[in-house]
Amino acid sequence: MKRLLASSALLAALAAPAFAQATDTYTPDPNAKEGGSIVITYKDDVATLDPAIGYDWQNWSMIKSLFDGLMDYVPGTTDLRPGLAESYEISEDGLTYTFKLRPGVTFHNGREMTAEDVVYSLSRVTDPATQSPGAGFFGMIEGFDAQMAGEAESLSGVTAVDPQTVQIKLSRPDATFLHVMALNFASIVPQEAVEAAGDDFGRQPVGTGSFKLAEWTLGQRLVFEKNSDYWREGVPYLDQITFEVGQEPVVALLRLQNGEVDVPGDGIPPAKFQEVMADPAQAERVVQGGQLHTGYVTMNVTQPPFDNVDVRRAVNMAINKDRITQIINGRAVPANQPLPPSMPGYAENHEGYAYDPEGAKELLAQAGFADGFETELYVMNTDPNPRIAQAIQQDLAAVGITASIQSLAQANVIEAGGAGTAPMIWSGGMAWIADFPDPANFYYPILGCAGAVEGGWNWSKYCNEELDAKATEADSMSDPAMADQRLALWSEIYTKVMEDAAWAPVFHEERYTMRSPRMGGDDALYVDPVSIPVNYDYVYVTE
Amino acid sequence: MAAYLARRLVESVLILLGVTLVTFFLLYVLPADPVRQIAGRSATTETVESIRRQLGLDQPFWVQYGRYLWNLLHLDLGRSYLQRSNVSELIWARLPPTLLLMAGAIVCELILGLTMGIIAALRRGTATDNGLMIASFIGVSAPQFVVGLLMLYVFAVQLRWFPIGGYGTLAHLVLPALTLGILGAGWYSRMMRSSMVEVLRQDFIRTARAKGLARHRVILRHALPNAILPIIAMIGIDIGIFMGGIVVVESVFGWPGIGQLAWQAIQRVDIPIIMGVTLVSAVAIVLGNLLADLVTPLIDPRIRLR
Amino acid sequence: MSDAALPEPRRRSALGRLARRPLALLGLAIISVTVVSAIAAPWIAPFGRDEQLFEGLTLEGAPMPPGGPFLLGTDLLGRDLLTRILYGARTSLVIGVVANGLALLIGTLVGVTAGYFRGWLGSLLMRFTDLMMAFPALLLAICLAAIFTPSLWIVALVIALVNWVQVARVLYTETTSLAERDFIAAERAIGAGHGRILWLHILPHLVPTIIVWGTLGISTTVLLEATLSFLGIGVQPPEPSWGNIIFENQTYFQAAPWLVFFPGMAILLMALAFNLVGDALRDVLDPTQRGRG
Repeated sequence: MKRLLASSALLAALAAPAFAQATDTYTPDPNAKEGGSIVITYKDDVATLDPAIGYDWQNWSMIKSLFDGLMDYVPGTTDLRPGLAESYEISEDGLTYTFKLRPGVTFHNGREMTAEDVVYSLSRVTDPATQSPGAGFFGMIEGFDAQMAGEAESLSGVTAVDPQTVQIKLSRPDATFLHVMALNFASIVPQEAVEAAGDDFGRQPVGTGSFKLAEWTLGQRLVFEKNSDYWREGVPYLDQITFEVGQEPVVALLRLQNGEVDVPGDGIPPAKFQEVMADPAQAERVVQGGQLHTGYVTMNVTQPPFDNVDVRRAVNMAINKDRITQIINGRAVPANQPLPPSMPGYAENHEGYAYDPEGAKELLAQAGFADGFETELYVMNTDPNPRIAQAIQQDLAAVGITASIQSLAQANVIEAGGAGTAPMIWSGGMAWIADFPDPANFYYPILGCAGAVEGGWNWSKYCNEELDAKATEADSMSDPAMADQRLALWSEIYTKVMEDAAWAPVFHEERYTMRSPRMGGDDALYVDPVSIPVNYDYVYVTE
Repeated sequence: MAAYLARRLVESVLILLGVTLVTFFLLYVLPADPVRQIAGRSATTETVESIRRQLGLDQPFWVQYGRYLWNLLHLDLGRSYLQRSNVSELIWARLPPTLLLMAGAIVCELILGLTMGIIAALRRGTATDNGLMIASFIGVSAPQFVVGLLMLYVFAVQLRWFPIGGYGTLAHLVLPALTLGILGAGWYSRMMRSSMVEVLRQDFIRTARAKGLARHRVILRHALPNAILPIIAMIGIDIGIFMGGIVVVESVFGWPGIGQLAWQAIQRVDIPIIMGVTLVSAVAIVLGNLLADLVTPLIDPRIRLR
Repeated sequence: MSDAALPEPRRRSALGRLARRPLALLGLAIISVTVVSAIAAPWIAPFGRDEQLFEGLTLEGAPMPPGGPFLLGTDLLGRDLLTRILYGARTSLVIGVVANGLALLIGTLVGVTAGYFRGWLGSLLMRFTDLMMAFPALLLAICLAAIFTPSLWIVALVIALVNWVQVARVLYTETTSLAERDFIAAERAIGAGHGRILWLHILPHLVPTIIVWGTLGISTTVLLEATLSFLGIGVQPPEPSWGNIIFENQTYFQAAPWLVFFPGMAILLMALAFNLVGDALRDVLDPTQRGRG
């Protein structure tokens, strides 16, 4: 994350408030051409394009192109830059953020966006009636609790100072706040369009984004058209994008090879991977990228035998991560900690638990389980997860742990995990992919005490008060000057999590996608860490 | 006739009511919480409870079911939890592909089944007859997902005659329709054979032959219409059989119909969609059976409606 | 009309006539081979059931084609496919027999009770049967499988809960017509109890139908189990079933079609065998019984 201090002159002028500014380090691609249309495929249907609700693989980047938030990321990176806010200031206590809005930004319906829209949008996403899966991200804003409890009309911490200025008051300093303002859930929507569409705003989206929805045939295709009034100069390059849904990844790739598809939204399917890589003409169009993803095994620390830290460490040592990586065709890197390597705060020199079945057996013997024990491993029933679970099962059997597999529908696994009835869960298919590129995003719901409650997503039910306190301490360092110190603290927290072995991290998925010969633009745009999977605004066609 | 129809209609409504009750109950006891799916990973307990209240999922079973029926009475199938749009609209959008697939399957099974059956009947006792009957047995014994995957491999991947799944042109329809129709083709060929054999034995055919009419004329003009009618009556029942098959066939071929919708909804406990699809399927089955029962006596006057 | 007017159930002669039908013999042969290999799997299988072999996968994680030490190739976890298919026969057979046995039991109970007693009980039972007929079988099975955690026995139970309906309907019709016969009325007149009549006079006449449906039903059961497993909601891994072998490997079917072909053929042959035998039994035992199963 790059946060540069603004000029000292400006600082002096404003005297009291600390004035920080994330700057736009993006330089336009000199080869970019305007015009053209492309075809992108997805397997799963698009459920909704309402930014307060959409939380799926396929609609995440679509919403990013239809809507904007106050903050944004430099394309292809995890670096924040201003979005609909032209600039912002943070008060010295880190509790008040003042955003200056960009003038002259219009919604797709032609109306100019104002500060009132920001107030409305943030109140809407936190309104219980909206039922937004992202409401919880806004917990640091003043008035959040009253809003969630249904006691308030709007989010009291957000106020329109004047049509071009929004002030947001926080109830606690939070270093992740600007990332939250860049989330899809914080997109700015026009009240009149939302109210006109009623329950169907997700099907008739109106935003400020670079594209607008032109056509939607349910279950088949969506067509986006260029927003020629887009407020960012020069983008988007494309005139039109057609998304075809319900396309199996294998089919999508074959169609790409036939020249009918430009980007397979779900990436290269494992079965076609070797074939593609063996052909130099195709291999050169393959784009590989890290993902803010970790696949892990949770162990319920509140129940024996996993209440014993040695048992959990033994499990960490028993799993042969290299073999599991081989089973998914090497499309991942073995993991030794919860954070993925491309995440700020990743502990480079952390060694984790090496594969050591003998050592695992010794640890188990120490813990009083020399003869092993029986347990259950829950897993979501879509390929390749049951296969991965069977590989883990064989590894565990080698050290004496008999784990029977419970391969269930996603909802049933989540239920068992939340209720704490699942001793072990392989997270695949439901695993954590970061919502925003900050280490805090990997902690609270899945490793912190807040998530360890009945129904929470912390399936290990691991609750370490000391670490929770440290996490709060880290996130209160909202002064950009303390960024490094904050990341160091987060590294320490995750190192401690691994000492307690609440999880057995297994691998971090790598993304392998492909583009048709006519697609241009930086490789990073096709594996954008934020606009997952493709940053539609900046790619272009060369012909 | 009117009385019969009225009674059957009342019965059908009761059956459909029963279907909704059973499905609603099964989904009620399902060990998965749809609210957790809606609320997302970072939701607080209060958020979850608030959503549960809004959806009425905190109410006892009978209240929830009563509310469902009340809405159903107003032709409201509810709103999808995760897709956040009206279930009727979602089903409506998915219905044309499914109906197209079913129509294609009916065409396939009739053409294949009737041709095989007629040839077998005419060549009764020969090797051709035996071969065709073994083929029909294979048709009814073949799992649809295997047939689908193998057809994809042979005709789409290797021979490249057809597209590898998807939806759009007539070429897309051929393989899924064949896969769905192959089971029925097996049944129809066997029924057609026995029906044809029966008809060929009858007096009027013999008379026609004795009068010196050409063999193909007798078969086409006299035997075929009589043999084919009882089979047409079965098509209604097929619709119910297809309802199960579409889940598999649509998932193998990536066909955007209600089978896929149902499967995705089941995976994510989207109760309103599951209810909706089950109800639509049940309506199709009940109507299909009713239709078959109504058509049969028109064809064969010996069978009276009771 | 006396009891003797009704033909005695033709059990003894049936086997002899069955043996004269080549297709039925082919079916019996396939069934015998399957049963023997299922029982003998631990001795004839070249590898352990769940053994994930290092040499069973390429370094890139691709399966081995048929040949060499792996007669039918390996699956995506490096396990020997032949071994998995041999053990999978156990799953199919156990479910085929257990699920179908249960379905027959429920179907017979419901059908015979409804057909014999009629009245409100019969009416209630048959309306419930109609209700079950209105469910798309696969959808119902999927819902049931989601409620109970799937295991071999639960899958069998789910299939039985879906498949008894057909049996009940057929037996209901037969029982109704039997119960109207004079000899039943005569039995009643001399004061025979319901139990006695059902056991001694109704049930024996239903035996041919039950045998036919019992055989044909196994074929349906095998297919349904395979379909549930193919959707990932059948028996739990690592227990092999022909359906879940295809489920686990289908993403690779273009690169490794043997992973779909061999287990697919196993399912087909098994279902075919029971259909052939069942059909022949139907002809032999009761030529008037025809129609869709």
